[in-house]
Amino acid sequence: MDYSQFLNMHDELSLLAVIVILFLADLFICGDRKSGVPAKSLSVLPVVLIAIQTVYVLLAPKTGTTTFGGMYQLTPMMSIVKGILNVGTLIVFLMAHEWMKRPENKIKQGEFYLLTLCTLLGMYFMISAGHFLMFFIGLELASVPMTALVAYTKKNQESAEASAKYILTALFSSALLLYGISLLYGTCGTLYFDDMAVHLDTSNLVQLMALVFFISGLGFKISLVPFHLWTADTYQGAPTPVTAYLSVISKGSAAFVLFIVLIKVFAPFIDNWNQIFFWIIIISITLANIFAIRQNNMKRFMAFSAISQAGYVVMGVMGGTAEGMTAIVYYIFVYLVANLGIFVIMNIIEQRSGKINISDYDALYDTNPKLAFIMTLCLFSLAGIPPFAGFFSKFFMFMAAFKAGFHLLVFIALVNTVISLYYYLLIVKAMYIKKNDSPVLSFRSDAYTRIGLVLCTIGVVFAGILSGVYQYLDTFAYGLLP
Amino acid sequence: MNFLSLFVLIPLLMMLGLWLSKGTKGIRAVMVVGSSALLALAIALTVKFLTDRAGGNTAEMLYTAAFDWFSPLHIQYSVGVDGISVAMLLLSGVIVFTGTFVSWEMPKEYFLWFTLLSMGVFGFFISVDMFMMFMFYEIALIPMYLLIGVWGTGPKEYAAMKLTLMLMGASAFLMCGIFGIFYGAGGQTMNIMDIANHVNGAHLIALGQQYIWFPITFVGFGVLGALFPFHTWSPDGHSSAPTAVSMLHAGVLMKLGGYGCFRIAIFLMPQAANELSWIFLILAGTGVVYGALSACVQTDLKYLNAYSSVSHCGMVLFAILMLTTTASTGAVIQMLSHGLMTALFFAIIGMIYHRTGTRDIRQLNGLMRIIPFLGVGFAIAGLANLGLPGLSGFVAEMTIFVGSFQNADTFHRVLTILATTSIVVAAVYILRMIGKILYGVNVNPEHAKIHDAHWEERLAIIVLIFCIAGIGLAPSWISHMIEGSVGPMMQHIGHFTSQCNPFL
Repeated sequence: MDYSQFLNMHDELSLLAVIVILFLADLFICGDRKSGVPAKSLSVLPVVLIAIQTVYVLLAPKTGTTTFGGMYQLTPMMSIVKGILNVGTLIVFLMAHEWMKRPENKIKQGEFYLLTLCTLLGMYFMISAGHFLMFFIGLELASVPMTALVAYTKKNQESAEASAKYILTALFSSALLLYGISLLYGTCGTLYFDDMAVHLDTSNLVQLMALVFFISGLGFKISLVPFHLWTADTYQGAPTPVTAYLSVISKGSAAFVLFIVLIKVFAPFIDNWNQIFFWIIIISITLANIFAIRQNNMKRFMAFSAISQAGYVVMGVMGGTAEGMTAIVYYIFVYLVANLGIFVIMNIIEQRSGKINISDYDALYDTNPKLAFIMTLCLFSLAGIPPFAGFFSKFFMFMAAFKAGFHLLVFIALVNTVISLYYYLLIVKAMYIKKNDSPVLSFRSDAYTRIGLVLCTIGVVFAGILSGVYQYLDTFAYGLLP
Repeated sequence: MNFLSLFVLIPLLMMLGLWLSKGTKGIRAVMVVGSSALLALAIALTVKFLTDRAGGNTAEMLYTAAFDWFSPLHIQYSVGVDGISVAMLLLSGVIVFTGTFVSWEMPKEYFLWFTLLSMGVFGFFISVDMFMMFMFYEIALIPMYLLIGVWGTGPKEYAAMKLTLMLMGASAFLMCGIFGIFYGAGGQTMNIMDIANHVNGAHLIALGQQYIWFPITFVGFGVLGALFPFHTWSPDGHSSAPTAVSMLHAGVLMKLGGYGCFRIAIFLMPQAANELSWIFLILAGTGVVYGALSACVQTDLKYLNAYSSVSHCGMVLFAILMLTTTASTGAVIQMLSHGLMTALFFAIIGMIYHRTGTRDIRQLNGLMRIIPFLGVGFAIAGLANLGLPGLSGFVAEMTIFVGSFQNADTFHRVLTILATTSIVVAAVYILRMIGKILYGVNVNPEHAKIHDAHWEERLAIIVLIFCIAGIGLAPSWISHMIEGSVGPMMQHIGHFTSQCNPFL
């Protein structure tokens, strides 16, 4: 066997190296031997390591390779998506720092970083899979540690409940997915993506069922309606940094993988999945928007906002075009910085004042103007207001779907952006216009939070108007048609 | 770098300056310097444009420049101006300049959003690329929410939300329309002139597609241009907005609607415009008469002016749909004239409200004796509004109605005659209001104590009156400038009609 093949998996290997170093550091670097509280350096190490690794993944030469007989496939776009997920993880680590300083979390902080990185590794493998088993292992590696993360504050009942809900739905969706895969195996006799295409036949109803099961299984991960029921409860119960991770990184990777598998494996069924997603997108966006209006808990609110954003992300699969792929990746990136920006602010406010309801944000501008301002930028970006990045990503997403011929879908989605603008403006209104007797007190955020916010703000402001990001992504995009 | 880009760059620098400045003086200094620079730039542009045109430069767009922006999607940063946009830029320059002085007491955040709003407006008028135009359109909309919501009066939260959502809903239509035009014309260029001239990969948009995208685009822009029945955001929004924001919004932002309808909807899809214009003519004509009649029964000064704006902006849409050169020229002059006089109106209403604490016509009496300067300004704004010869309103309305009547079709002529009734109604509500609040006998002792305009208010009022009277007394140069650009456009879409402009 040619061991040099492993070098093709340089992204995964570098992440694995980070995990191993962190694991050893967690074992041996000890601050206070009696209580078992780790040294201070342990909270800096993960941030530094993941930052280095992010730079490595983003700068590594972008080449396409196929290794292990097609089990592992890598295209430049996949590598870029991994880099984007890494950026998100970095921001999550930065925001988690404040939370980790709490006495009840200090002793188990190593676990947080390790589990998070394990799920990230799972997503890496899922993205680069060329075989359904590999894909499934990656998916499970991404889901199972996530359950532990959701239950991280296990003494908090809501966290435990959220975790139970998450694991049950994750198992159920995995079962659906596996059933779909088994149907495919039964009809094709192989699970290699590349070999399956010749065995697929649009008149074969069993294979059509497999497609439906596959979409349902991933639909749970992306939390599209009608597979979204776990989302709000899990988001609310999980610790805020974990919710942030769940809402952006887990979702973004699943959406990208969905596109990859659809164009690679299910290409003959394009008319079918176009039809399925046409309805799923409309229902997801509309329903989530209507529910979001009524929320008062910030995390539940973000959960419904995330469901509706998922609908927009998935619009890129319509037609399976190269423009669609660029639009998806670009959208994921822009959504990631804006959404994480909001979560960083939510987290720091929750850590400092324990407040998490929208009504607690009333008059935030009077006490913490900078936070309120950045929050406004991020909300505007999510709502698609220029000159922030969200406007560009929405525009290009709609453009791709419009080009693929889905005019009605684009129109309905556009009308929905107006509804979403309404509820995002509700928060802006709370922060700027409303009065509050007991506002969040004025405070100074820690350095980690501030670095995270700076990263998010740079992304929100410049990822759009500087066209370089989009053009860079466009050079690596590919779709069904050559 | 093209010098037109300064219109976007200066507001950007102003925002940076505002962000860094400390204290009221610093903020005022930044705003005064910045808005004067913008006004000076607009005047310099007008002079340069007129000299270049006189020198024989007949290109459709002058001072064009284009840089690839999102090249995979054929989106460019592309600027250029013709007579229409020069007129609009001049208007925006004047309104932003005077708006700065009217909102003299306001805090830093207010000016930040105000400047962002003006950046959107200036950017819109220099754009030649549809994407860019749309982007600036949305940039101009969103600051309105905070400007009205935070610094407004009355039911401000409701008004701000209603205005923002209705205009954003319109932009949903607009985005669809832009996609339709882009892909309908071949999907190779977003440049308006290229699509119109069928060059750079653009071809004629098929008639079937024009029938779909023309109404969508027209409604998208029409909402901002207060097209009946989508005008309902305007009275609520204007009456709740702070003074300078009402000025900027009614004075400039509503013009984005008329400008876009003409430049994108009609110019790029002339066949559909020709076939479908009757629907929108009926709507716009209804708006003209309905707005005027509604203004008659208002008791709030700002509502009165807002409904009068609906009527006048309806006239803009009405005129461009007549598809004659003179009427379209009149429409642009009307945009200019309405922008100036409504800004003056809102400015003085705001000043009166600031002093007396009420805008209710029933409670205001005999102000002319107490605040003569504001009273005279108010009377001039009112007379311009009802179209007194010598002021800008007369020039605009005369050109519009002469041009509209030139369309020989019976249907169009009947509609024109019906729309002219709005002039009579305008006289009713304006004269009634002026007689009541300026000349009655003051009964409220509180109102007797108020003081007349400060220097910064006087400056704003004088500049606006100067412009209104300037257009009214010397209409030919501006008519000529606009006609020089409208003519080729009408020729382009096959509706060039002989000249019958009374002011040329």
